Amino acid sequence: MLKDYKDEYILNIIENQHYTTRTILSSLLAVQDEIGYLPKNSVNVVAEFMKVSTNDVWGVASFYLNFRFDPPGKYNLEICWGPSCHIGGASDLQQTALKKLDLENQGDTKDGKFSLKFNTCLGACPQAPLISVNHKLYGKMNTKKLSKMMDELN
Amino acid sequence: MSYESLKNDSDIRWSELNSGNIPWIRVSDAMCCGSSLGSEEIVQTIKGFSKKHNISLNIDTVGCHGICYAGTIIDVLLEDKPRMFWGYVTIENVEEIIDSYINKNKIIKKNLLGSLGDQIIKGVPRFSDLPGIQYQNRIALRNSGNIAFNDIHQYIANGGFLGLNKALSSMSSEEVINEVKNSGLRGRGGAAFPTGVKWSFMANSKGKKYILCNCEEGDPGAFNDKGILESDPFTLIEGMIIAGFATNSTNGYVFIRHGHEGPIIRTEEAIKQAYENGLLGENILGSGFSFDIEVSLTGDSYVAGEETALMESIEGKSSRPRSRPPFPAAYGVWGKPSTINNVKSLSYVAEIIRNGSDWFKSTGTESSSGTAIVCLSGDISNPGMYEVEMGLSIGDVIEKLGGGIPNGRKLKMLQTGGPLGGVLGSDSLKVKIDFDEMAKAGAILGSGGIIVVDDRTCAVDLTKSLVAFCQYESCGKCFPCRLGMTHLLEIVEKISKGEGVIEDLALMNKIGKNMQAGSLCGHGQLGYNPISSALKHFQKDFEECMSGDCPTGSCKKRNIVFPINTRPNAWQVKSGQVYQGKIRQVVNDRK
Ligand SMILES: Cc1cc2nc3c(=O)[nH]c(=O)nc-3n(C[C@H](O)[C@H](O)[C@H](O)COP(=O)(O)O)c2cc1C
Ligand code: SF4
Ligand code: FES
Ligand code: FES
Repeated sequence: MLKDYKDEYILNIIENQHYTTRTILSSLLAVQDEIGYLPKNSVNVVAEFMKVSTNDVWGVASFYLNFRFDPPGKYNLEICWGPSCHIGGASDLQQTALKKLDLENQGDTKDGKFSLKFNTCLGACPQAPLISVNHKLYGKMNTKKLSKMMDELN
Repeated sequence: MSYESLKNDSDIRWSELNSGNIPWIRVSDAMCCGSSLGSEEIVQTIKGFSKKHNISLNIDTVGCHGICYAGTIIDVLLEDKPRMFWGYVTIENVEEIIDSYINKNKIIKKNLLGSLGDQIIKGVPRFSDLPGIQYQNRIALRNSGNIAFNDIHQYIANGGFLGLNKALSSMSSEEVINEVKNSGLRGRGGAAFPTGVKWSFMANSKGKKYILCNCEEGDPGAFNDKGILESDPFTLIEGMIIAGFATNSTNGYVFIRHGHEGPIIRTEEAIKQAYENGLLGENILGSGFSFDIEVSLTGDSYVAGEETALMESIEGKSSRPRSRPPFPAAYGVWGKPSTINNVKSLSYVAEIIRNGSDWFKSTGTESSSGTAIVCLSGDISNPGMYEVEMGLSIGDVIEKLGGGIPNGRKLKMLQTGGPLGGVLGSDSLKVKIDFDEMAKAGAILGSGGIIVVDDRTCAVDLTKSLVAFCQYESCGKCFPCRLGMTHLLEIVEKISKGEGVIEDLALMNKIGKNMQAGSLCGHGQLGYNPISSALKHFQKDFEECMSGDCPTGSCKKRNIVFPINTRPNAWQVKSGQVYQGKIRQVVNDRK
């Protein structure tokens, strides 16, 4: 569901961002942190706020792979495919999740419940293989545990 | 506030904690050994226990001890007793452990790691005798696991800001630079450039100048930068202020990838406490020197860790590297002179100034002073984040600290220094952890990641995953890398499916050579490394896969799905097209 967010609402987020160095990137991160994605008009609002062209803002928004342009699923499931996790069985976790969610690669499920993402390293390699759900890490994962976890998420 | 009064305050609090009048419980809470294993819930359980039994407890969350395999680790200090450590703690067993120890004076033996302190208790091993502790030599991580990462007084009580105070009160900027030069400290971010020399490039220019601390840390298999920021962010902050003083800089940025909440929140808290205590801001410790530090977040982009791309990212642009010259020391972030250092490099500085360059130089080897923070993961019994003296052999790290390879399997490959660092064969165990020795062996120490791979994995399989990473993370600015990595990935995937032909090897070599010669930054220049190093040690694997009879078959068993690099060349797209046209497609793929 694409919701309409008023320009003023987005401007308010940008003006109240946490960091004092305000840039295109910091503004976009602030919007996405708040709303979960970058609504269509946010690019224009950021452009106006930063006094740059919308093209400049789109350049940044499309470059960093964390930015999304429609609402994320309720659960943000990330599976690490970095080498430590790869040799620890990450591909099995991927296959389990893809199958359960009826997806071919990372993406969102139709019911809006899951956003599946493949991460290059979740930063806790000693506990490989890792996944995270809404940014909370779960180490020493296996397909059974993952299946069960996914079933329990409602 | 003067340093002395800060120190006095801190000492009083520290001895209060250490008296054990109130039981003091420390819980390891870094990503590598705590928060990925539920340390947060453990802390909650301990708090619940305290309430239920009406016992007051000092509960602190601390950093990583290095022995991540045993996470979550807790230790309890009672009056007149040594610190008692347990590993593999979960919400199921934590209450029983502390209840028996605190209320019944009974030490639960299961998962007991040992005790630390002068007093020896019969039947309890010494924590410091654990191989993963014994063989460490901790300088940058000296406080990690011992102090609360969010309490500046605990840091100060343990010698924190002594180095800064010394520099500000009794040394000139030049003397600080010379001290760091003499210590032999080399950059821990990849290129191993002497830190003091780097600082001297910027020393003489005037006006606004920046110290940039690089914690992008996108290398899979490396987590020590985030580990330091999560375990003891004050060490970094102190090092940065000293670097600022040495180079007459005015501002600092700590550059972290968004989403890593642990390092981000803890660094921000440390900065806040430093300001509150007069250690940042105007006129630090009454010395007349002023310095500000701020956190800067980047989006998902590995190349943002490259020094010029990092500056672009701080300025809020896409993190595509700049051409050099001009070099950062002349024209850096916002066009001002800048010095970029890795978290680890800066985290040694306070101790170097405090104890002198000779002290630092006496650790490690002739060409690589000090220690390396090795992130050990993969097929290894005891993975962890071990700070070891330079000069230890890779074999010792794997056998002594890592406890060898589990289930009697054999070592096959090592992947060191991040994906661009390439792989080493099993004959590399004698190679010393040392910048130059590792380079001679055809690998890089880089950021310190060592991924151990046993004989269940085919070299083509591992190479494919490394090449896919490099392809996925190419920023797209220059074509030798953007197209070269894509082409290389296609060929490696073809080989892994058993469809390769021997001519592919020469073709890959040609592409690799072109990338090396024609790429703008280290990503493309080193992008062929994973393949060339794998071919050097494991050409047999490639040939077997081509002929379709790969002995391990791990590639076919591991049906890995790589995400797509959707970074567009944004300058080709006009804003009006964005929602309907080209990018829309890209964006759809990305979700
Ligand atoms: C593609 C690429 C990625 C890099 N990523 C990082 C990184 O994540 N962290 C880091 O400290 N250095 C990284 N570097 C190295 C930096 O460019 C730079 O050399 C380093 O931060 C300097 O710090 P040092 O002198 O303390 O080592 C990267 C280099 C390249 C080419
Ligand atoms: S070498 Fe690769 S990562 Fe570096 S600038 Fe060129 S395209 Fe970007
Ligand atoms: S490789 Fe998966 S967490 Fe680092
Ligand atoms: S090709 Fe991967 S198992 Fe051999």
